[in-house]
Amino acid sequence: MRYSIFSLARAAFSGHKNWQRTWRDVSPKDHYDVVIIGGGGHGLATAWFLASEYGISNVAVLEKGWIGSGNAGRNTTIIRSNYGLPGNTGFYELSMKLWERMEQDLNYNTMVSQRGVINLYHSDAQRDAYARRGNTMRINGIDAELLDLAAVKKMMPFLNFDNARFPVQGGLLQRRGGTARHDAVVWGYAHAASALGVDIIQNCEVTGFSRDATGRVTGVETSRGTIGAGKVGMAVAGSSSRVAAMAGLRLPIESHVLQAFVSEAIKPLIPNVMTFGAGHFYVSQSDKGGLVFGGDIDGYNSYAQRGNMPVMEDVCEGGMALMPMIGRVRLLRQWGGIMDMSMDGSPIIDRTPVDGLYLNAGWCYGGFKATPGSGLVFAHLLARDELHKEAARFRLDRFRRGAMIDEKGVGAQPNLH
Amino acid sequence: MRIVCPFCGERELGEFTYLGDAKPVRPAAGASEDEVFDYVYLRDNIAGAMSEYWYHGGGCRAWLKITRNTLTHEISSVEPAAGVGARQVAR
Repeated sequence: MRYSIFSLARAAFSGHKNWQRTWRDVSPKDHYDVVIIGGGGHGLATAWFLASEYGISNVAVLEKGWIGSGNAGRNTTIIRSNYGLPGNTGFYELSMKLWERMEQDLNYNTMVSQRGVINLYHSDAQRDAYARRGNTMRINGIDAELLDLAAVKKMMPFLNFDNARFPVQGGLLQRRGGTARHDAVVWGYAHAASALGVDIIQNCEVTGFSRDATGRVTGVETSRGTIGAGKVGMAVAGSSSRVAAMAGLRLPIESHVLQAFVSEAIKPLIPNVMTFGAGHFYVSQSDKGGLVFGGDIDGYNSYAQRGNMPVMEDVCEGGMALMPMIGRVRLLRQWGGIMDMSMDGSPIIDRTPVDGLYLNAGWCYGGFKATPGSGLVFAHLLARDELHKEAARFRLDRFRRGAMIDEKGVGAQPNLH
Repeated sequence: MRIVCPFCGERELGEFTYLGDAKPVRPAAGASEDEVFDYVYLRDNIAGAMSEYWYHGGGCRAWLKITRNTLTHEISSVEPAAGVGARQVAR
């Protein structure tokens, strides 16, 4: 069905009793041109771009649980394109531009809100680093503004500017950044992909790959039987190593847990997405009023989807340093998601050494903002068998070649990225 | 998660720092590029019981070798990593 002001009015006047399912939940066919493993944002976006941009609609998306039950439903919903290194800047800006037209493209309200993302700086050295980053962004055609103290005070008068240890000196602002409704992004892509003939198959766990005599992948073994495929794409960040191991591959990835937090609802306070530059703390306020925030990964390998107390304490300390008045606000919910931490902090979108198997992995804890861009470039790779020009550096072999894209500059220690 | 340090007893997680999988062994100086690449970049990324190195920076400052289940965070063994500390415990 197509959504419009009229469909909304019709549903409202009939007491909201006649809403139809927004996408088809189907059983698998025997064979597809492309099978995508993973019904998260990236997998569903890939399927939609395959069908809408590349004319390949005989596509299945296989999801072990229900769509959006992994990291797509566990993030802090931030979108931005304030990256500094070649390879990242262009790709994330491509993604940002796709966010800006997503709702029209998908005919679905994904609540994209360009409320601005501001990274606060607290020292002269940090100001210089942010100025450099802002300039890098502007050279690449991305919006960035370096705000001084007076401008930050005007925008966010509630911050603790008198903090003796971490005084706020200003911030780097990307006005086009902001937030989107994460679940709606999943449902929106499912809605639009399903309408173009993509099969979305839930409760279908991949347990192995079918290979022919040459070693080429010819399909997947699943909990709902064998499904043949011309090509198979993996978009299972968090579990990439486990799925790749079924094809005999070892990846430059470790799985780590990242926690996110929501407070009880309070009146409108935080006008944008804000990050504390002297620790690791980022926060926005949801439309329901809850403060949505997070910080560092816990730092140890984990598939448990839950974290521990030291990081909770550290994140809350970051919040308190910035806004001591939130100390009385109660934490409502807290959860964990499993991140594909790659060896340089950047993603991998490439063919694998196994014919017919394609990889979309290593998103670290920045996968949500990349959802539309990742879908487009991965669809391009699957459809054309060539790298998209904005994702040409996300190669699997870049570690061997020494062509790392290491924004933070910490080297091959995934828990530090 | 709490870790029972063989030197200090049971301590909270915040005292410890994580290095990672204890399995990769640094190749010899004359090793091939493939072996070095494998050591530096590739990981088994085990889902289940994994042997790993932790550092007790907030306590005795010893390196520990811990077996922990990455699916449940359950710790099944903690022992001093090979070195001076391990030899002292053995004595």
